[in-house]
Amino acid sequence: MAKVHVSTTVNGQPQEVLVEPNDSLLDTLRDGLGLTGTKEGCATGDCGACSVTLDGRLVCSCLVLGVEADGKEVGTIEGVADGDGLHVLQQKFLEHAALQCGVCTPGFIVAAKALLEKNPDPDETTIRYWLAGNLCRCTGYDKIVRAVQDAASELATPA
Amino acid sequence: MAEAVDLKAIGTRPVRPDGVEKVTGRANFGADLSLPGMLHAKILRSPHAHARIKSVDLSGALAMDGVVAAISGKDLPGGGDLGVNILAKDKALYHGHAVAAVAARSAYIAEVALDSIKVEYEPLNPVLSIDAAIADGATLVNESMHTNGDTSQPASNIAAITKFERGDVEKGFADADVVVEGEYRVPTAHQGYIEPHACTATINEEGKATVWCCTQGQFDVRSMTAQCLEMAVSDIRVIPSEIGGGFGGKTTIYLEPVAVKLSAISGRPVKMVMSREEVFRATGPTSATLCRTKIGAKNDGTITAASAWLAYEAGAFPGAPVGPGCMSVLAPYDLENFAIEGNDVLVNKPKVAAYRAPGAPQSMHAMECTIDELARKLDMDPLELRLKNCAEEGTVAPYGPQFPAIGLKACLEAAKEHPNYTTPPAEGQGRGVAVGFWFNIGMQSSAEIRIAENGAVTIMEGSPDIGGSRASMCLMAAETLGVPYKTINAHVGDTEATGYCNTTGGSRTTFATGLAVIEACEDIITQCKQRAALTWELDVDQVDWQDGQAVPKPGVNADVKPLSLADIARSAGRTGGPLLGRASLNAQGPGASFSVNWTDVEVDRETGKVDVAAFTAVQDAGRAIHPSYVEGQMQGGAVQGLGWALNEEYIYDANGVMENAGFLDYRVPVTSDMPMIDTQIIEVPNPSHPYGVRGVGETPIVAPLAATSNAVRDALGFRINDLPLSPPRVLEAIDANG
Ligand code: FES
Ligand code: FES
Repeated sequence: MAKVHVSTTVNGQPQEVLVEPNDSLLDTLRDGLGLTGTKEGCATGDCGACSVTLDGRLVCSCLVLGVEADGKEVGTIEGVADGDGLHVLQQKFLEHAALQCGVCTPGFIVAAKALLEKNPDPDETTIRYWLAGNLCRCTGYDKIVRAVQDAASELATPA
Repeated sequence: MAEAVDLKAIGTRPVRPDGVEKVTGRANFGADLSLPGMLHAKILRSPHAHARIKSVDLSGALAMDGVVAAISGKDLPGGGDLGVNILAKDKALYHGHAVAAVAARSAYIAEVALDSIKVEYEPLNPVLSIDAAIADGATLVNESMHTNGDTSQPASNIAAITKFERGDVEKGFADADVVVEGEYRVPTAHQGYIEPHACTATINEEGKATVWCCTQGQFDVRSMTAQCLEMAVSDIRVIPSEIGGGFGGKTTIYLEPVAVKLSAISGRPVKMVMSREEVFRATGPTSATLCRTKIGAKNDGTITAASAWLAYEAGAFPGAPVGPGCMSVLAPYDLENFAIEGNDVLVNKPKVAAYRAPGAPQSMHAMECTIDELARKLDMDPLELRLKNCAEEGTVAPYGPQFPAIGLKACLEAAKEHPNYTTPPAEGQGRGVAVGFWFNIGMQSSAEIRIAENGAVTIMEGSPDIGGSRASMCLMAAETLGVPYKTINAHVGDTEATGYCNTTGGSRTTFATGLAVIEACEDIITQCKQRAALTWELDVDQVDWQDGQAVPKPGVNADVKPLSLADIARSAGRTGGPLLGRASLNAQGPGASFSVNWTDVEVDRETGKVDVAAFTAVQDAGRAIHPSYVEGQMQGGAVQGLGWALNEEYIYDANGVMENAGFLDYRVPVTSDMPMIDTQIIEVPNPSHPYGVRGVGETPIVAPLAATSNAVRDALGFRINDLPLSPPRVLEAIDANG
């Protein structure tokens, strides 16, 4: 198979990459661009470890082809912290010990950020249903939900 | 050892030292490494659950463009059962058993090339259940297996029988006013770590190999890989990546010898990453079990006798965790008469691996359900019944040793007072209670403490950090040295960078590696006192270490300013060279861990779905070093246990093919399935640890199985003995019970 040239934007930076036609966006990010913060837990859309945004929409990057990123904006965990420091969600995940092994964490943070951008004041049930596509086998979810709740209330408080 | 008082660092909840790396995506996990010129390898797996392998022809694959190397079982000579499990030799022993491997320019090419390998199989009858395996005339999984190695008896699928007995069980049952019996089945469950197994290996012309992998124990990977390849351990360096969950499942190996061998043939680094389907089909789940339990008691609740007959599926090789199942089944109780028998049963399924308190959840599910039935018959509160019979300091455990201080009674009493217990379940909900136990282990650890010129502390140790253990190590070091937590960092060393350390498992890390860290800090303190004595021209006996500084002892007449760790480090070149503390040990007295859990559930009688409305876990941690991570263990274990109780199971077809090898159909709990998990940490210090630590990681998964069963029993008014309590099973039981 001949490789395909893809021009995309990742975390605000223009990127050029050659991808196999059957590569997933997850493969393209990890192997093509060396952005290994996005994880593979299943490659079948069932675990959310590969969560990224594509033109602002939360997707499982294992279910999108790399070639589909052409001309689009991709947001990954590597772009969540801005130059000045951690995003509130990242800080709250740390403070609440919302990660144990941490392999699910990039996916949860990307997914939670997409939630808070859509709904800045979600209740517990909304958080739990929004994050139902992200598996965590370590934490039992309690501290993850609390971290997201805390981040939401901090973001709501005027600085 | 004296009980620690006035703790400053221990018991606080600081951010973990590896945290920023993990929330930003920088942390490198097993599959994150790439090396120049790297090949990718894939494994061909048996389509049969049981078959003789007559031949393997790799030539078709090797002829393909992009394929560089291929191997089969005969290329992996050593390792005994482990080696046979990694690549099958004469027989394929379960569906998904690895038969051959191909390394190619890309993972895609390697995958496609697998189709060109020709394997000739002679299919055999698969043995797919305990009942089939122990039936008269059963097909043998291994024709040369004799129970307990006794070749005077015919070959059998029962690899081993373990027994623990005390007193006169017959008489104990005869003395009972009430006797309760039951038979309980628990299905195979998978650890379900989110990160699939992955490794990259390279070997040079001198025969020196380097392996990067996600593992709970780099030193075990080294020794196991060496055995399989008949290499010296000193020729293999294992570098552990961050690990994306293990729960016992990453205490063994599947890929590493294959990757090293393919690298040896190709002369290039070889990377292997399992798919989720491979993880389900071919890595260690835990045993499906059949347990028969019986308890006799007086009308006042005093247990007069108990018995348990346990059979655990081992998969295709001996080694089911039935020994720990036997050790745990009656551990919470102080009994005069009991008989426990455990059977390690071979079946044509994947070789089981450790899963969090291996063996305990299954046997204790059976016994804790039986205790619940006894409480009902006696019309006693289930906590009261347990309090009446519970093991305490001085009780001789069923498996032999006498318990030192343990926290079971404290947990039961705390539960009785807990507002979540004193408040009855909501209308329409049922409540179930159960006790959990794990004996915990100690074993070997090493640690080194290095002090930088500015006084910053680096801990180098060998326990892969699976859930915040670096933070615990830093807290114990901060406490011992008397310096701020934020001046300390902890690193998990590779096999060349740190001293030998047993695998992260058995809830040993905070206890045993923690002990090594504390002792290495004490070594630093000794050296600092010497350096200060030298500086002050005092005798070392005249120097104390207080709050991170060397000071003259009270009464010593010296006009000097205290020397901090940083002061001493800065001038270390003038007082004897860099400060380096060391400790290595074989930790004894890990301290048994007990828990009490209860849950309130609601059963939808139309669909059979069980909803968990509330869950509370009370557990003795000895001393919680970082309480958030202790709570995290309790919450995570609770949810794994709830998943096993409610939904998780391996579903096999008649040919031994797993039908639900993916997260869509093997359904682990998701966020929306669960409530918040309430926790209460009890601290009955472990007398064998300076700060009182007991392992906390495994006990949490034990009690949720029976607590859930008992809650569903309470909600429905009748018992369903077998797990999981999935909608189809519950609905069927509702229909059958009218
Ligand atoms: S890797 Fe994409 S959902 Fe699991
Ligand atoms: S922290 Fe390990 S899977 Fe979530």
